[in-house]
Amino acid sequence: MSNPSHHTAAHPEHTQGSAHNSRHFWIGSILAIVLTAVPFWLVMTGVLRDMQTTAILIFALALIQIVVHVVFFLHLDTRSEGGWTLLAFLFTAVIVVLTIGGSIWVMYHLNANMMPMPADGVAQMHDMSGNH
Amino acid sequence: MSDAITETAAAAPVWHVTEEHAHEHGGSGPTILGFWIYLMSDALIFASLFAMFGVVSTSFAGGPQPRDIFDLPLVALNTAFLLASSITFGAAIPHIEQGRVGPTRAWLAITGLLGAAFVGIELYEFAHLFAEGATPQRSAFLSAFYTLVGTHGAHVTVGLIWITVMLVQVGQRGLIPENRRRLMCLSMFWHFLDIIWIGVFTFVYLFGVIR
Amino acid sequence: MTSTSLTKTIFGRLTWESFPIHEPILLGTFIVVAVLGLAIVGLITRYRLWGYLWKEWFTSVDHKKIGIMYIVLGIIMLLRGFSDAIMMRLQQAMAFGANEGYLNAHHYDQIFTAHGTIMIFFVAIPLVVGLVNFVMPLQIGARDVAFPFLNNLSFWLTVAGAVLCMISLFVGEFARTGWLSYAPLAELAYSPDTGVDYYLWSLQIAGVGTTLSAINMVATIIKMRAPGMSMMKMPVFCWTALCSNVLAIAIFPALTAAFFLLLLDRYAGTNFFTNELGGAPMMYWNMVWIWGHPEVYVLVLPAFGIYSEITATFSGKPLFGYSSMVYATVVITILSYLVWLHHFFTMGAGPSVNSFFGIATMVISIPTGAKIFNWLFTMYRGDIRFDLPMQWVVAFMLTFTVGGMTGVLLAIPPADFVLHNSLFLVAHFHNTIIGGVVFGLFAGMVYWFPKAFGFKLDEFWGKVAFWGWVIGYWVAWTPIYIVGLMGTTRRVHHFDDPSIQPYFIVAGIGALIILVGILGFVMSIVMGIVKRKQLADTTGDPWNGRTLEWSTSSPPPAYNFAFTPVIHDLDAWYDMKSRGYERPAGGFRPVHMPRNTGAGVILSALALAMGFGMVWYMWWLAALSFAGLLVVAIAHTFNYNRDYFIPAEEVATIESGRSELLAAGA
Repeated sequence: MSNPSHHTAAHPEHTQGSAHNSRHFWIGSILAIVLTAVPFWLVMTGVLRDMQTTAILIFALALIQIVVHVVFFLHLDTRSEGGWTLLAFLFTAVIVVLTIGGSIWVMYHLNANMMPMPADGVAQMHDMSGNH
Repeated sequence: MSDAITETAAAAPVWHVTEEHAHEHGGSGPTILGFWIYLMSDALIFASLFAMFGVVSTSFAGGPQPRDIFDLPLVALNTAFLLASSITFGAAIPHIEQGRVGPTRAWLAITGLLGAAFVGIELYEFAHLFAEGATPQRSAFLSAFYTLVGTHGAHVTVGLIWITVMLVQVGQRGLIPENRRRLMCLSMFWHFLDIIWIGVFTFVYLFGVIR
Repeated sequence: MTSTSLTKTIFGRLTWESFPIHEPILLGTFIVVAVLGLAIVGLITRYRLWGYLWKEWFTSVDHKKIGIMYIVLGIIMLLRGFSDAIMMRLQQAMAFGANEGYLNAHHYDQIFTAHGTIMIFFVAIPLVVGLVNFVMPLQIGARDVAFPFLNNLSFWLTVAGAVLCMISLFVGEFARTGWLSYAPLAELAYSPDTGVDYYLWSLQIAGVGTTLSAINMVATIIKMRAPGMSMMKMPVFCWTALCSNVLAIAIFPALTAAFFLLLLDRYAGTNFFTNELGGAPMMYWNMVWIWGHPEVYVLVLPAFGIYSEITATFSGKPLFGYSSMVYATVVITILSYLVWLHHFFTMGAGPSVNSFFGIATMVISIPTGAKIFNWLFTMYRGDIRFDLPMQWVVAFMLTFTVGGMTGVLLAIPPADFVLHNSLFLVAHFHNTIIGGVVFGLFAGMVYWFPKAFGFKLDEFWGKVAFWGWVIGYWVAWTPIYIVGLMGTTRRVHHFDDPSIQPYFIVAGIGALIILVGILGFVMSIVMGIVKRKQLADTTGDPWNGRTLEWSTSSPPPAYNFAFTPVIHDLDAWYDMKSRGYERPAGGFRPVHMPRNTGAGVILSALALAMGFGMVWYMWWLAALSFAGLLVVAIAHTFNYNRDYFIPAEEVATIESGRSELLAAGA
């Protein structure tokens, strides 16, 4: 392929050696499998009986698994791309939390304060005004 | 770097580089970072869809509820397919780095088949729900469910098209730097979709059932 | 029967009634636009410019040309958006008591919706993106942006959105739902016609362009700075461009998602924002304002950068408090994401939510105030030259500060309960956007025009533009502040109380003065071209600038810099000038450049066709153009031949041409 654009041969992304990479990758894979299997097992068997504990646990497992995928599969660390990918990731994480948490907080408020009166409440008002 | 800079005089400052540097074109260039930033913005689209889902997750409007319609064994199977496809893509990476075309294409094809199985099961699940009357129009909860899961599925479909294109391009030109760079982006995209799926199976399916 | 169903299949809901032949105003506009359009097409054909335009501009991946095209788009759309403004001011000055004015409510609603939509999405954004595109790579010593083809595609997607929005003027109708098309009004049940669909599809297509462009600019700033330019040696304009584009990447997904969900509601019958079956209309407001408030900072941050560059240059001093300026910019970027609810304080949030968002809003005025003081201290004891760009900066400081203070008033929830939805609010955001963004864009255009074209704008007409805008702004908006404070609501096409009519007449006169300003700006370009020999800049540095873009020729060569510069100081070019920099006269090397491509134009045309097909329910057209989009996008990836080298001899010829020019000037 005659290609003038690449004066330097493209280096492999990770230069630490492929044995290290491969061990890194298999650790990640096993962790991912475990972290996926456990929440399904918890919910499908209902071993904990207490739903709240189950919910907190699978929430935590999901967060851990996201970190595992980002670190072991996307190879995010402080060195890649001069730290910019990590900075972008952390910034995005903050924005994700603000978007989801903020929206739910705001909408909870609006719903609590502005929901239409339940049907029987309306009927009661009609009763009080003597409209029958 | 110093060898590439003009040494006009011992004391005078250096004002420009005469040797064209690798900082623009060599290595991965800006592509990996740019694609990473794209993924972050895509993650924020999903964040908005998750927020929407969170807000209407109990707005059943008298219609079906998660417990009635979610088939967890099927979701578990689907999750297994997608996770397996992430691992098989990971298995392709050393071959890409070392320029081995055959194994690269083989692992890519396996990844694509697993991804196709994922999309197939998702379509089967949707068809099944439609037959039960749990359509997206039925309630805000179902609207948000189909949109979130469907948007993820659409991304996986795009990934499948991309894998197909890469199979052809790697076959045509081998693992030239451009193709390696594209495969690196595709790999990031594929793992990213798996990460989104962690959110989907946890917050939509598992939370839905235990609520 | 079959023929009508065939017509329906082909044309969807498009019928002869969709063309406004019975509306004299629209028909007249159409005739004027058609005549002008035909004249331009005729002239281009007569002078055989199509090939030149296609090869040198439309398919260009050169960031300078794309930047200029963005600015041309912004100025054209400014004329459209401003005609809407004049029509509103005229209507509101007339329509009192028995006089219904010359516009009915139906038409008036479309006009204010189109005005807001166009001014933000197709005027402010293209002008800001255009200036960043043109200036930023030059300031960081790069030869192009990180992804040149993507840059071209982003531009044409923005054009496709603008064109779709303009088509609604003559085919069907535009939205009547206000510039953010609130649900549930924008739902199919209440807005069944094409208006909201035009709105959604045009903004969705343009929004993809804006997001891609933002990713491109961020990658460029991070990865392509010249050697030696650490982040804290980067010009402030690049810092503000970085923060603005980071913010755009963070917020546009929320808008895209909100529009996507509303589109699903309208096309697939889902229930996200409906009143029925569990829909949550306020969630639409929530999502569009997660985008909407930071968006004004996306626009104003680069304007702050422009003011910083101009203040330093025309005060002959380094910028006062550079690092505080950078930190203030970063703080504003983050804070702006925490204030969105102040756009709907009155919609039912409790005291805890309202206090949080109210206080967060007020806090933003601290870093913004710090910036104002930095500019003032830069001017203090400076050797100030009041050229046109500097005049715009001073006008900005006076005007914008007032707008900022009325913003702090509105940030107080109890005050907002009185002032929300009033013309006071409308006056406030015009005060910040005109005084902050528009003045900055004019300052920037006047400042960098000689860099782009090699001659300055005409000074006299530039002054007409300046005074027209500044006086016009205050005459137009002071009365609106007053009637707003008295309780007049926004988006009203007729008033009953005749005692407020004088205010609206004054506001109308103000709008006419702004018209003088706009025409003055157009004239300053025209007269600049006429007198380009006198106004020529042969030095490349007409203002005695401080940053790197002034080190190259005006206009810069395609490759920007024959050699990539090495940076030692924040004010890199000032440093070079003061330490005896000499231009290299030989030893040129071939320059590696990206190749032009028509793929961006084709993809955007297909996106436009798809949008049009969706708006009119022409499913075949939408499906075909979507398939076309996929095919063209994939086919484009099979093109590996994306770059070329400018031969060293050509670089040498261009550079020696510049040496002669410099010698003749000296």
